[in-house]
Amino acid sequence: MVSKKTILTPLLAAGALLASSSVFAAGPTAETLAGTCSACHGYQGNSVGIMPSIAGSTAEYFTDTMKAFKSGERKATVMGRVAKGYSDEDIGKMAGYFSQQKPVGMKQSFDRTDAALGKKLHDEYCEKCHEDGGRNNEEGPVLSGQSKLYLTYSMEDFKMSHREGPKKMSKKVKSMVEKHGKGGVDAVLNYYASQQ
Amino acid sequence: MSNFNRRDFLKISGGLAVGATVVGCATNLGGAAKARVVVVGGGVGGATAAKYLRMMDPAIHVTLIEPNKHYHTCFMSNEVLSGDRSIKDIEFGYAGLAGHGVNIVHDTVTGIDAEKRMVKTADGDSFMYDRCIVSPGISFTWGAIEGYDAKVAEKIPHAWKAGPQTVTLRKQLEAMRNGGTVVIAAPTNPFRCPPGPYERASLIAKYLKTHKPKSKIIILDPKDKFAKKGLFTQGWKRLYGYGTDNSLIEWVGGAAGGKVESVEANNMVINSQVESIKADVMNVIPPQKAGKIAFSAGLVNKKGWCPVDVATFESHIHKGVHVLGDASIATKMPKSGYSANIQAKACASAIVAMLNEKEPGVPSYQNTCYSIVGENYGISVGMIYKYSKAKNLVTPIKGSGGVTPKDASMETLKREAHYAHGWFDNITHDIFG
Repeated sequence: MVSKKTILTPLLAAGALLASSSVFAAGPTAETLAGTCSACHGYQGNSVGIMPSIAGSTAEYFTDTMKAFKSGERKATVMGRVAKGYSDEDIGKMAGYFSQQKPVGMKQSFDRTDAALGKKLHDEYCEKCHEDGGRNNEEGPVLSGQSKLYLTYSMEDFKMSHREGPKKMSKKVKSMVEKHGKGGVDAVLNYYASQQ
Repeated sequence: MSNFNRRDFLKISGGLAVGATVVGCATNLGGAAKARVVVVGGGVGGATAAKYLRMMDPAIHVTLIEPNKHYHTCFMSNEVLSGDRSIKDIEFGYAGLAGHGVNIVHDTVTGIDAEKRMVKTADGDSFMYDRCIVSPGISFTWGAIEGYDAKVAEKIPHAWKAGPQTVTLRKQLEAMRNGGTVVIAAPTNPFRCPPGPYERASLIAKYLKTHKPKSKIIILDPKDKFAKKGLFTQGWKRLYGYGTDNSLIEWVGGAAGGKVESVEANNMVINSQVESIKADVMNVIPPQKAGKIAFSAGLVNKKGWCPVDVATFESHIHKGVHVLGDASIATKMPKSGYSANIQAKACASAIVAMLNEKEPGVPSYQNTCYSIVGENYGISVGMIYKYSKAKNLVTPIKGSGGVTPKDASMETLKREAHYAHGWFDNITHDIFG
């Protein structure tokens, strides 16, 4: 027995609504496009897995990265295949969306001793561009709170020229490794991972 | 909002004069709701849709009806079989959704009255809706393989819905002698997770290679090709001696008589078109169709799947009812967890627009499926799609997507395996978090 009155008039005008083409001309919205990323890059771009968080990327960095994947200039596992599916307009919309999202540091394990050394090394070699302990995104990606494994992969990619980086960065990394060994890089990455 | 279920509501409101038959009265559930959406099924599609509806428009009252207290993801369930994960690692509850204000009801839906806009449950309750989302998953076509039915499946598991049967199959593998034969009967198209049976063979081989290396896996397949076949066989050659006399994996395709005709459960014998195999462990994956509720609600076509508008996922049969995930016909998207997650977002977005008297937006779809072939060895297939209105198709965008290149380095394959695990962490958080 159902006696409840209908609270709302069911909205059945979908057919009529769909007849208009204005929405279709504009393509998918930024939110819709961003929604296709979150299964891998986390809800609203904040990853809880090893994929990088893309929340808080500047629009410029996001766009440049997607274009580098698209052209093959930056080597990747799946992102080369994925980026080719989005137009420059789509990428622009996604860039706008993710630049507005607040980055949240990923919960992950790290070595405390390494992280303490890493902070010192970061201040000496990295802080000039990656300001505020890697939180600042003006000169590149947000480093603080990123997956340590992803950052390790990124450093390998820079080394193998699978990814283009600024010349000053390779110089700085080189001089850090000369002085502190490979462990220096790992220490810095532990420092970024410690920012949760 | 905590997990506010119907009984709490009835308790608080003193049982109400109308009794237990009418529930989901949005105005009595704290604040005036704009509209009510009832989501049937708390798997990937249903849970994502419920969460995103609340995120997109908190004024919409969302009730999710799901019989089980927990959901076990099918994706990564093959790692339970290899012993790399426990069943708890693929188990998710509904507290996250309740935190988003979704009203969670643990009950079984028995029918949907599209005329009255009402969902009925086994407990005898009725839920009124303005829009209904059905994400029923799959059910099995029993009788397609002689001697294999739901009862036999308790002993010879399909494990194609993750959960107790996954645990059973793992235990059987653990109990098997070194030198035993595992037979996997792969299903006909279309079915849930096209690369799944082959990832399963890979991960069982991974376990056997270390623990029972004299054993063998035989895949009996009615098909002549399968998802990522070139990449799987390449991986099997590298890791499991595929193609040699000592191979851990043997694949018998349709042309070679791989179609399974009958199962003799008591003798543990499986009969294909050309041979009878005495097995130590059998995993029979039957042909599939839409989940049960899709049938009782009359949402299926003759082939047993649900035709929908692929922009809004509204049923072509019943207006006001949307069908998502594996049960829906969303050609050319594969029946995968990623697809269900994306379809749920497209559907939620369309429903929010409709309930706000706006035109639904243009959807965008993606699918990426990772498969683990072995230790530090992952492969993937991906595609970006667009909505093709004229044909009602989800159309692949030319030049995008594709599979892991055949010449990918071991470093790349290692990263793909790590990213597969990262994908699991993120998609489950996106769905249930």
